Amino acid sequence: MTELLVGTKKGLFALEGEPGSEFEVTSRAFAGEPVDFAMRDPVSGRTIATVTSPFYGPKIWFADDPDGEWTQAEGVALPEGGEHALERIWVIVAGDSGSLYAGGDPGVLFESRDGGATWELNQALWQHRVDEDWQPGGGGLCLHSIVPWPGQPDRLAIAVSAAGVWLTDDHGRHWRRGNRGIRPRYLPEDAPEDTFQLCVHRMERAKRDPQRMFIQFHGGVYRSDDAGESWSEIGSGLPSDFGFPLALDPGDPDSAYVIPLTGDFDRVTPEGHVRVYETRDGGATWTPRGEGLPADRAYLTVLRRAFDRAGEGSSLQLYFGATSGDVFGSGDAGESWFTAATRLPPVFSVTART
Amino acid sequence: MALVCLHGPLRNLAGGSATHNVDGADVRAVLRRLEDLHPPVTGWILDERGVIRRHINVFVNGERGAERTAVGSADRVEVLPAITGGAS
Repeated sequence: MTELLVGTKKGLFALEGEPGSEFEVTSRAFAGEPVDFAMRDPVSGRTIATVTSPFYGPKIWFADDPDGEWTQAEGVALPEGGEHALERIWVIVAGDSGSLYAGGDPGVLFESRDGGATWELNQALWQHRVDEDWQPGGGGLCLHSIVPWPGQPDRLAIAVSAAGVWLTDDHGRHWRRGNRGIRPRYLPEDAPEDTFQLCVHRMERAKRDPQRMFIQFHGGVYRSDDAGESWSEIGSGLPSDFGFPLALDPGDPDSAYVIPLTGDFDRVTPEGHVRVYETRDGGATWTPRGEGLPADRAYLTVLRRAFDRAGEGSSLQLYFGATSGDVFGSGDAGESWFTAATRLPPVFSVTART
Repeated sequence: MALVCLHGPLRNLAGGSATHNVDGADVRAVLRRLEDLHPPVTGWILDERGVIRRHINVFVNGERGAERTAVGSADRVEVLPAITGGAS
């Protein structure tokens, strides 16, 4: 049985099913509220959700199960009396030492050491944000990607739109940029090479080769072989190198999956044809994977956190949701696809577990 | 003391009561004091800057108020969710 937690514009939906057939909606929580992200803490098994009420602001909630009683987490706020307010929590990721990390707007990172009940702001990164002129992307100044290093809990990489990649080797006490080689097309060619106004859309790390990382950028797909210190463009075989989400097969460090959109001027699947693109050679070549996906008059938008995987290798499962309210899945590493759900509210995020 | 009137989920956060007698010279001070008395309210009406959230309206004796609107001891401070949505 696979469980999907689908964050939507109008609540959190929990779905259960087997690959190949439609999933059952087993619960809906936070009815009417925008649920930006939800996940299961692998240590406690708790469900943790981020909700941005248009009235009452962003909060993190936790519950033993999605249809259970939700409790508001504490500490999810910026320092009182400053110039900034928390706008949104974009993502929660489990670290390698039992910690949970939450990333949000305006470029903030929180850590929880008690399964999501209480959170603490990472002060060192926040000080960079306060001292430097970080520019928001179209979706705000969102810290959307948090990638731990398996087996080395003090090493962490994060990505911010539009403040680029940041790396720490001492559990967040000090941070440095990791942007060498990224070439933004939305800045003049003679822009300083060390600019950090970099609109990363999603970043992931290969589990079996943690030096290997991938980025879906705002125009460009990149690979790093030195843990995010430098990047090489690998998007030349794609119909478009613009898109938001990215997923990897944990069993293959040469693998990556992206879902191209036409471009930043037209953020829908190209030519009305929904296809996931897969590489198994580190981005040297890309293979379209569209069997079972809408192939005609399907102009979908897939947001950055609306793509996830479970399992690995030949049993890798992939799931993505669109703002159309459709959720699609694959139980065979992208070879074929099925429709897991339709007519949900616009999908903001998908997480999967088996 | 001003009389603060709460609606929706704010009532539950403030101990289940819709009305509260609260001290404070202006709207921000009254709402901060309300947070002191009922910590679960913290962050729901005022953000970290002390600004009333964009889609919350505060009325003092029926007139739209702001953070610095003066509040007297016989005043009524009503906190209501505003009209929102419809654009996307």
